[in-house]
Amino acid sequence: MNRSSITTHLILICGALFMTLPVWVAFATSTHAPETILREGLQILPGGHFFETYNEVLFVEGGVMKKVTATQMLKNSLILGVGFAVGKVVISMLAAYAIVYFRFRLAVPLFWIIFMTLLLPLEVRIIPSYEVVANMGLLDTYTGLIVPLIASATGTFFFRQFFRSVPDELLEAARLDGATSWGFFIDILVPLSKTMIAAILIIMFVVGWNQYLWPLIMTTKEENYTLVIGIKQIYQVLNEGGELPQFQKAFALTILATLPPVLVVLVFQNWFVKGLVESEK
Amino acid sequence: MKRVQYEHSPIPYLFVAPQIIIIVIFFLWPAAQAIYQSFLLEDAFGLSSQFVWFRNYSDTIFSGAWLQAAGFTIIFSTLVTFLSLGLALLLAVKANEVIQGASTYKTLLMWAYAIAPPVAGLMGNLMFNPLIGDLYGFMNAVGFDFDHKLDPVDASFVVILISVWKQVSVNFIFFLSGLQGIPKSVNEAAMMDCNSSTRRFWTITFPLLAPTTFFLMVINITYAFFETFGIIDTTTQGAPGGATTTLVFKVFQDGFRGADIGGSSAQSVVLMVMVLALTVIQFRFIEKKVHY
Repeated sequence: MNRSSITTHLILICGALFMTLPVWVAFATSTHAPETILREGLQILPGGHFFETYNEVLFVEGGVMKKVTATQMLKNSLILGVGFAVGKVVISMLAAYAIVYFRFRLAVPLFWIIFMTLLLPLEVRIIPSYEVVANMGLLDTYTGLIVPLIASATGTFFFRQFFRSVPDELLEAARLDGATSWGFFIDILVPLSKTMIAAILIIMFVVGWNQYLWPLIMTTKEENYTLVIGIKQIYQVLNEGGELPQFQKAFALTILATLPPVLVVLVFQNWFVKGLVESEK
Repeated sequence: MKRVQYEHSPIPYLFVAPQIIIIVIFFLWPAAQAIYQSFLLEDAFGLSSQFVWFRNYSDTIFSGAWLQAAGFTIIFSTLVTFLSLGLALLLAVKANEVIQGASTYKTLLMWAYAIAPPVAGLMGNLMFNPLIGDLYGFMNAVGFDFDHKLDPVDASFVVILISVWKQVSVNFIFFLSGLQGIPKSVNEAAMMDCNSSTRRFWTITFPLLAPTTFFLMVINITYAFFETFGIIDTTTQGAPGGATTTLVFKVFQDGFRGADIGGSSAQSVVLMVMVLALTVIQFRFIEKKVHY
């Protein structure tokens, strides 16, 4: 190995450490006893309290929040992640199909309405959105949590782009065979988009799982917290002080909130990268 | 548009209906409300409100707190954008060069994409915790009089560090895929002409990456504006004295904690205009890219 390639590896190793070490330290520290953490600070090597801490956080009522366990929060996060991903894919595929394959009078104005959602991130319309959902009685429901998040245009643009690249001959052939518009969609277009659907599902699962502001204002009951919201709660508890701070549980919760989306990204790495790079174009 | 299409029929309306209905209820209606409320002034009990034209705008936007938040947002988003882009570009160029371990490096550098901003925020916050945080101890040991609870610069440092950390992986993925899209022949031709790899990078590779870089700048600015909310909310919460309050954090603070609906709505509308400007810039650029 020559000198320049050694520098290259050194830079990459430093980069990799910078990205990984904090999370590793969080994990290692979460497996120590609270007294050890208070006495010695952060830990680089795992300790002996792994089962104790994670058991308490995951299964014991009052172990981490007032009442709700991390298992319940995990379930809520999963429902949010999966519901968001599936809902978004279904809705945006249908809309993109209409826009690409049909000639209809309102096509252009409707396209612009969809486009406008790009200009309205949740953060800038947060209070009125909250009021709408509250008036519909949807606070603390999965519907109220997921539906307002799924209508944004990113998915629709992505599928529009993809459908345009599908050869016209397919539709001509399908029509000669007497396929209805629904039949063409379900039997030809959907199977054709399989890889794209998988890629978008993965990205959107991560995006949904990581939602913060919306779940924060719209869940008031503890049993509806997602893991990411649990993070905020534990932040507040630590901030207020009081008895012996339970740092190991705070770290354990960050690890639990991180693990599922990270696993999805790592397992489906190639689809994920493809989906990310394609969908943002 | 497709050459072959289905002719007029009610069917397409059925297909777009779900998305349009959700957009109207949860996007357009609340946005219209935000604009409408930005012109109203509610009394202290929220019982009656009065149309006050642009008073909410002038009251909030010319207030010291808003200007401070705007100033911080600009500095913050500039630093986060440039630092995370620079670091990601360096790592992507290096990861594109290596042969041994290339996929391991790639995985280790991109996986943090999946971590939620507030989770990164809490992790960082704990590492800087005066009781247990070794980073806090380290900063003081090397001679900084470090206290992010009291010092505005130190607090900004913590927020910026975590925000950059969280954003490097996305930028890395895009830069790497941009670099891999450059044909081998271009690199080989450049090698013949120029010996210095640094010069090759700045005269050949970097210009070819310009579309990616520009696109990522827009993405990063949006990230620094909006998504860092979760990081700030789990670290400094805008303290000390509003020194790390971004515009979005202020909208949330005034609207939910301060119950100043009119002022918060006016701030929202200003933010909408900013997003609009960013989108216009982005689309102009994309149009240009098509003509390449």
